Parts: sequence; structure tokens; C-alpha cells
Amino acid sequence: MTGTTGDIPATAPPLHRTLGLTDAEYEAIVSRLGRAPEPPELAMYSVMWSEHCSYKSSKVHLRTLPTEGPQVLVGPGQDAGVVDVGDGVACVFKMESHSHPSAIEPYQGAATGVGGIVRDVLSMGARPAALLDPLRFGGLDDERNRYLFGGVVAGIGGYGNCIGVPTVGGEVKFADCHGANPTVNVMCLGFVPADALLQSRAGEPGSVLLLIGAATGRDGIGGVSVLASQTLEEDAHASRPSVQIGDPFLEKLLIEACLELKDLGLLEGLKDLGGAGLTCAVSEAAAGVRLGADLDLDQVALREPGMESFDILISESQERMLAIVRPQDVPAAQAVCAKWGLTGAAVATFVEGGTLTVRRAGDVDARVPARSLADEGPEYDRPAERPDWLDALQAEDPAASPAPVSIEDAFASVLGSPNVAGTRWAFEQYDSLVQGQTVVGPGADAAVVRIEGTLRAVAVSSDGNGRYGFLDPYAGAVHAVAEAARNVASVGATPAAITNCLNFGNPERPEVMWQFREAVRGMADACRAFGTPVTGGNVSFYNESGGSAIYPTPVIGMLGILDDYRLLVRGGFPADGLAIYALGATRPELGGSEYAEVVLGKVCGRPPVVDLDVEARLHRLLAASSRAHVLASSHDCSDGGIAAALAEAAIAGGIGFDVVPPGGGIAAHLWLFAESASRAIVAPTLGSERAFEELASAHGVPCARIGTTGGDRLRFRDLFDVSLADAIVVYESAIPRLMSAGRVAV
Amino acid sequence: MSEHRPRVGVVTFPGSLDDRDALRAVALMGGDPVPVWHADRSLGEADAVILPGGFSYGDYLRTGAIARFAPAMESVAAFATAGGPVLGICNGFQILCEAGLLPGALVRNRGLAFVCRWITVRVEHGSPGSAESSDNLTIGREGELLSVPIKHGEGRFVASAEELRRLEAAGQVAFRYCSPVGLVSDDFNPNGSAANIAGVWNEKGNVLGLMPHPEHAVDPDLGPTGGQPILQWLLSAARARVPA
Amino acid sequence: MTFHVVVGVRLKEGLLDPQGKAVESALPSLGWNNVSHVRVGKEIELEVDAPDEAAARAQVTEMAERFLSNPVIETFEILQVSQLVALHPSDEKAT
Repeated sequence: MTGTTGDIPATAPPLHRTLGLTDAEYEAIVSRLGRAPEPPELAMYSVMWSEHCSYKSSKVHLRTLPTEGPQVLVGPGQDAGVVDVGDGVACVFKMESHSHPSAIEPYQGAATGVGGIVRDVLSMGARPAALLDPLRFGGLDDERNRYLFGGVVAGIGGYGNCIGVPTVGGEVKFADCHGANPTVNVMCLGFVPADALLQSRAGEPGSVLLLIGAATGRDGIGGVSVLASQTLEEDAHASRPSVQIGDPFLEKLLIEACLELKDLGLLEGLKDLGGAGLTCAVSEAAAGVRLGADLDLDQVALREPGMESFDILISESQERMLAIVRPQDVPAAQAVCAKWGLTGAAVATFVEGGTLTVRRAGDVDARVPARSLADEGPEYDRPAERPDWLDALQAEDPAASPAPVSIEDAFASVLGSPNVAGTRWAFEQYDSLVQGQTVVGPGADAAVVRIEGTLRAVAVSSDGNGRYGFLDPYAGAVHAVAEAARNVASVGATPAAITNCLNFGNPERPEVMWQFREAVRGMADACRAFGTPVTGGNVSFYNESGGSAIYPTPVIGMLGILDDYRLLVRGGFPADGLAIYALGATRPELGGSEYAEVVLGKVCGRPPVVDLDVEARLHRLLAASSRAHVLASSHDCSDGGIAAALAEAAIAGGIGFDVVPPGGGIAAHLWLFAESASRAIVAPTLGSERAFEELASAHGVPCARIGTTGGDRLRFRDLFDVSLADAIVVYESAIPRLMSAGRVAV
Repeated sequence: MSEHRPRVGVVTFPGSLDDRDALRAVALMGGDPVPVWHADRSLGEADAVILPGGFSYGDYLRTGAIARFAPAMESVAAFATAGGPVLGICNGFQILCEAGLLPGALVRNRGLAFVCRWITVRVEHGSPGSAESSDNLTIGREGELLSVPIKHGEGRFVASAEELRRLEAAGQVAFRYCSPVGLVSDDFNPNGSAANIAGVWNEKGNVLGLMPHPEHAVDPDLGPTGGQPILQWLLSAARARVPA
Repeated sequence: MTFHVVVGVRLKEGLLDPQGKAVESALPSLGWNNVSHVRVGKEIELEVDAPDEAAARAQVTEMAERFLSNPVIETFEILQVSQLVALHPSDEKAT
């Protein structure tokens, strides 16, 4: 086939392929419908059967996760997971990714990520109460990474602050693999009386579906199928029109209107419109109750002239919810929408049978079984193969390398490394105070949010070490769950359940599929060991460019329960003269550590060993210690080892320490910087040392006194010491210094 | 002094965020919180009014520019003109400036970014004019330091050179940003406000606007309580309006 | 008659414009070292029904004085007024 520029090619690719469907998937649609699909129907399948919406590459593995427990009220499958936190209160929580849009337009990508996860929590009837943002970027020496980091933080702040939901926690880590593929995950939680929980599965024949909120435009057309299901290549900027634009003011009105509808008893159910827009919301709502629906596109408020049915059906315009309402309640519901200045048109009705019929201007544009869209997407058990480069990588042990610099210089490098250093530059752009329930805000092991009207609180943390996942995906996932649990335990809470975001490369590559399968296996084992079932989450695939994937990065959002928020234990040393204890055992292991990366310049070896039983004992000890009032401070050990943990506790409290590293057996730099699991640094309250030691012994947790708090220096006896003031400068200025190296104004 | 719980109206505009926090703080401090809807003209027989923080109308056009035309604001203006105590917090301060009930204007932070942080302010004048009138109606003593949080992107106070001179001379500067030990310097100016001004009085001393959030600094379980004297002023002023 | 009007709103001279400064600082890294005095303002465009152009101008001027700009910090200027000629009604009324 020849052609000069300007000739129309002899055959254009079939529509289904430009929409991202494989030939086999197309055949499956034909077979299901008993005929060829019309273009609007094909559009609906293309988005609903995309990786992002259907989880086709991950479902088979996700089924192996533990999802049940006495505390779980709603597990995976609805818009968000729900846990009973006591006193008749339910906590709704979930995490989602918005990485691909953020790589193209960081502010709006991150902002709309916040908008989407907030609506998921709202759809269960809860007022969104807190946000966390676990983020990953490439190194900040690169201007583009500074631009992405700055834009994402501004977007999360810009949206979250404007809707009045405090951002109370999160983390930011840096690795070269994230340069072209930043990872932007956002977690949201909210509270609702357990007996007022809304279900996504609600309604009966005759129930009316109201489309509430913003008008529908061309935002994100094909965003889901075009962006999230394919890797980002050179022409990423051509994808710009696919990015959605958020309006946080409208979202705030939407939140108030929906909560008012709920309080007035006008809602049978509520669904968020996210990926795949109206098609997803209506088909899932109908499929959930085994019904069909009649959808009339003429009723949809449009923002632009000339929109095709196709456009309306898959538009990802933000700030829209679908309310499922009894017919007799429609006028009252619409009055509430009007009060808040929102559209609230009746766009669909539930009908018997399972068919979703889409009409416009008197014509039927689509007629498909709702379940085929929502529940019967393809499922793939893709080939998985352990990569051949892993053995050599694991065999190179960084602990065997001689220390190339002095311990004092290593300490400065590690403390000032962006992965360890203070993140005030980011979290001071977030309102962490609105709603008045934040007892512990950003910068701590875990955020603590009070439940109004009770003495209870939840502790929340998000964690996921990508380097460990790269070196051993199974261990990396175990570590992620362990660290998240350890973080909530560190404030005195009991780990209860998790949500998660699984960020991986292209699942069509066997090594990525292997990484994913191993990570899920690790997550499952750790969740079972800690009694923290998975209540839901998100899978983000295709995070790679040019054949190079991000580190396998399972990010875990852990929810812990504090029966009495006044029992919480903070991380900073609060006073002079307290004994400092190291809990747990330190091994000579540096695989995947911060020390190995910044001092040795290597990412290799095996991640630290995790003994799930030992880890669980530490969590129980920390919770018991808070209940027994024996701890003045508690901080877990992770990135940067015990040296970083001690420094962080000193900086947070404004009080130095004098610590004696244990002699013989373990080299000084190994003791300081190993990232062995199941460890924490605690300071018992004055006079409680004995009681604490007994408690530790009763829980079978190794416990050794290593020093005393006090003074204005960080002293590692016979090794080195630095002034607290200098340490603070290193810790607090690392990221601001890098970010002031010049970036484009946002 | 009566044990009466004074009624304090808190106005909710579309986009107000710290309204519920203000209502909670009023209750905690001994007042009777009264929600006021922006579209209503009635202030619910309130003896004092709070315009709370948030992003009314998304800060569209200019922060506070649209809210100032709400029906409730007509009543607030009349209430203020008649001497009623009005406290404008953050977005509330911005609305009062747009409405001309306070001098000056609030614009984008010098550093361009939103800042959420605990800071210290120094009480410049517990009420405008020279020192004390009645102790109950002033905020602490001059020079007192208060720990309060700020959380804003548009908190830089500006006014013409002439207006600033007038404000200073008339003792209308209520608070200045300062160091933890009370040093007023540019290093401790979080947003570039003229003369480190964090809050101002109107001429008569019944309307107070400030960028920091006193309603987030009244609960000892959550942090410092530098907001208590400010809410105490409002409640005392409200009580003073109720005939014994 | 319907007029399309564009109003420019600028920060008053002398008021610190950190956004303008940030834009100015970034230009050299893009290759322009010869730019100074950058200030960022905004344009508001609207359509107004009025008997004639003078009336349209007068009404928008009043809108700008009372609402579209804040005289404490901003100045405004009517940049453009043009009469709209109706061609045919649009086929879909966007909300």
C-alpha cells in the first residue's frame, strides 16, 4: 500500500482498536450482544473493559487477598471500604491513583485525583474528613521533576483546601524510575453512623437516578481507556485534551448537597461518577441490584454544544454524583440541589430485566446488558516470569562494601536525603486543621483524627518502599504492610484494616506480572498475620515508558483505631532526662537502604528480613504501652535506620540525646543505618522504665536501653556528635533548597 | 456578670469551610452558636456575628468579592454600623474589606504558596484608640503574644501609604505577626503583609478582622489556645449588648 | 443590541506582584534575558444588552467600579467594545 502525504490510507484501523479494545475483546462483545455493537455501545465497552475500570489483569490475583473480618462492614466491590471503629461509628476509606493525568498536567491531575477519591467516600454517606497523599517523583535535580512535584502538591492543596477536607498525612519519595512516571496516590477517609451507611447497591424498579452537580462537557474523553491503559510515550502532550479540569468550589457544594439529601432521608443510594463517567455509574448501579436502566441523554445538562451521545456517555467531567431516589422523593431532592445551586436532573430510571437502554432525541443509541459492562469484563491470567536480572541484583550485598565516607558524613547525607528529610515544603501547602479534629497532623508517623462526639480516633498512615519492591516484590509488599501497621501502632493505635494502591508497569510484560503477583502474595500474607483485611483499593498499571517501568510500588493505607485519643503517643522527645530504648533487633542488612543509595550509590541486595510474628508482637506492645500510659514518646524505625529515627525524634521534640551504640558484633555504620524491620525508638515516662521493660518482655519484644534524652546535641557516643541546630538545618532545608533551584511559576 | 450564653451568628456562604469550626468554638467558649444562611436577611437575633474562614464562592473574581453582596451581608453591615460586634476570620476578614467595613485589602501571599502553620501574633491594640476602655472588651493586654494558626494563600494585607499611616495613628492595628518571643521582623512575616499586620479594627472598635484562625486555637487537646482571648472579646462584647 | 466587552483589570502600580516576579524570573531559563517589569493581571469578557455603545460602556464601567475590580488594589480599563451581529441561533443551549 503506497501513499504520499495527503492520501487517505486504504484501510483505517477498526474503531474498536482506536478505542483500546483487542480483537478478542471485540469478538466477546459481538458474542454477548448477538450482533455487532453500535459506536456508542463500543465506546461504553471500551471504557468499562479498560484496565482501569475492569481490573482485567489483576482480578485473578486480587481474589487471593483477605477481605473479611469482624470489623469490616463493607469490603471490596463498592465505591469505598468501610470499617466499624466502635461506638456505632463506621469509617469509610479508600485510596486511588491519578498518576497518568498528573504526568501530563500535574496540578489538574492531582486536583481531580483528590476530587474523585473524596466523592467515593461521599457516596457511602460519609462526610469526607481527611486526606493523605503518598507521592513518588524522579530526582529533584531535574527541572521537570521539580515542575511535576510542585504542580502536584499545588493541585492537592488547591483542591483539598478549597473543599475543606484537611490533608493530614502522606509522604513523598524520589527515585529515577519515577521521572517519566510520577506516582500520585490519594487516600480519603470519612465517618458516618454505621446505621446510616449508604450502599452503592440500592434501588428497585422505578427508582429514579438524578445526575447532580456539574454540567457534562468533553473532559477526559477517552481518558480512562486512552491514558490509563497504555504506557506514556513521546506524544504524551497530544493527550492533553484528555485531562479533566476540577472545580473544587462545585465539589464543596456537591458534598453539602449530598449530605443534606442523606440527612433528609431522600437517598436510597449514591454513586460517584469517576472513570468512565455516566456509563460506569449507571451500569454499576443497575448491575448492583440486578436491574436494567433507561437512560435519557436529553436530560443530561451539557456544558458544550454539539456533543455526541458517545461523548456524553464516557465524559469524565468532574464533580458529578448519581443519586438513587424513590420517585415520590424526586421533587424534594431537586429542591435541595437547587438550594445549593446544582443541577439535579432525572436522567434514568431502573427497570426490570438487566438491559441498559440509552435514548436520545427519540432514538435508541445503545442497548446492552448492564452486567456485561459492569461485571463481565474480560479477565486475564497473564504470563508471569521472574526477571533474569534479579539473582545478580540480589546477590550484591551492600553490607559487604566498606564504608567510603565517615559516619558523620554518612549521617548528614542520609538525614539530608530527600527520602528522609523533612517535607514541610509540601505539607505546609495543605490545610491540615479544617474540621477541627486533627490531633496529629502531617510530619508524624501516623496522622490521628478524632471522631467527633466520641473519645475515639483513627490513626492513618500510607507507606510503600519501592526499592524493596524492586529487589524483592514479595518482601517489598510485606514491608509496606508492616511499616504502615508499625506507624499506626507507634502512636498507640491498633491496626484494623487497609486500603491500597498497587502501582506497577506494563502487565503485558511477564516480569511485571510476576512482580504484581508476588506483591499481592506478600500483601495477603502480611494482612493475614496482622489481622488487617483489605477493604478495597486501586490498581494502576502501565506506569512505564520506553520499556522501563517504575519500581513495583504497592502503597498501603493503614487504618488503626485508638479507643481514647488522649492515649496517643507522639514521636518527638518531650523532655530531658528520659531513657531511650531501642525495640527489636538490628541485623547487618543494608539491602535497598537509603544508606546504600546515597552513600554507596547502589540499589541492590535483599530487602531486610521481616518476621511477621515478631512484627505483630511489636504492634501489640506499642498499643498496650499507650493504654498503660508508660510511654512519653514513640517513633518507628524505617528509612535511614535508627540514626534517622533518633534524629527525627530529637528534631520533632527540640531535644537532643546521648546514645551509646552497642559494641562488638555489628559495625557502627550497620547499626546506625540498617533498615531492619520490627523496630522502634521509645522513651518511657519518668519512673515507668521498669514497667515498660516488663511489658516488652511479656510481649516477647527485645528491648535495650541505648541512651538518654537531653541537651542540644545529637550524640552517638565514641562515634560522632552534631548540634541539634545543625541537624535541623540539614533536615528542614534539603527539599526547599532543591526546589528553589529554579522552576516554572505555577 | 450574667451567666447568659450570648447568641453568636456564624454566616455560611457557599464555600465557607470553617463555619462549623467557628460554631463549635463559640459553644466551647460559652456562647450560643447560631448558624446564619447567606441568603437570609435575618441574623437570628444574634448579639455578635462571625464571618468564618473558607473559600466563599471558590475565591472566584477576588477573594470575598462575591460574598460581600449576599443578603445576609446587608444585615451584617447594618449590625456593624449600629455598633454590633463582628469578627471576620481569614475569608471573613477578606469579605469585610471588600464590603468596606474594614480598611485595606488582602491579596496573594508574597511567596505565592498557601501556608498552613502555627505562628505567633503580638497584640498591638486590644481596642482602637489609646489603651484600655473596659477590660472585658479588649483583647488581653498590649504586647501579649498569642499562638494561633494561619492557613491561607491570599493573606497579604495591603493599603495605601496614607491609609497605613492613618491606621497606625488611630491604633487600629490589632495584631502583628512576630517571632515566638515577640520580635516583629520580616523573617516572621509569613505572607508579606504591610508592617506585619495580621489583623485590624474598624474605627469604632466593634469590627475586628484577622487572618489567623482563633477558632482552631481554643481546644487544648489540639494545640495552643491563643484563640481564646479573641473569642472571649467577642462574647464579652455580645454580653454587653444584652440588657441586664 | 448586544455588545461584547473586554475589561482589563490590573494591579495598581507599586503593589508587589509576586506572580509577575516569578514569571519574570523564569523567562531567562527559557532564553529571554531582555524582559523586565512583568505584571500579571486579568481580562474579563462579557456580553451586555444595551440600547447603544455608549450605554454599554457606561454600564460596564459601573460594574467594574463596583464589582469587577477592587479600587483599593486594582485599576481597570475597557479594552474593547464591539457590537454582536446575530447570525443564527445556536442549536444547543449549553447550561
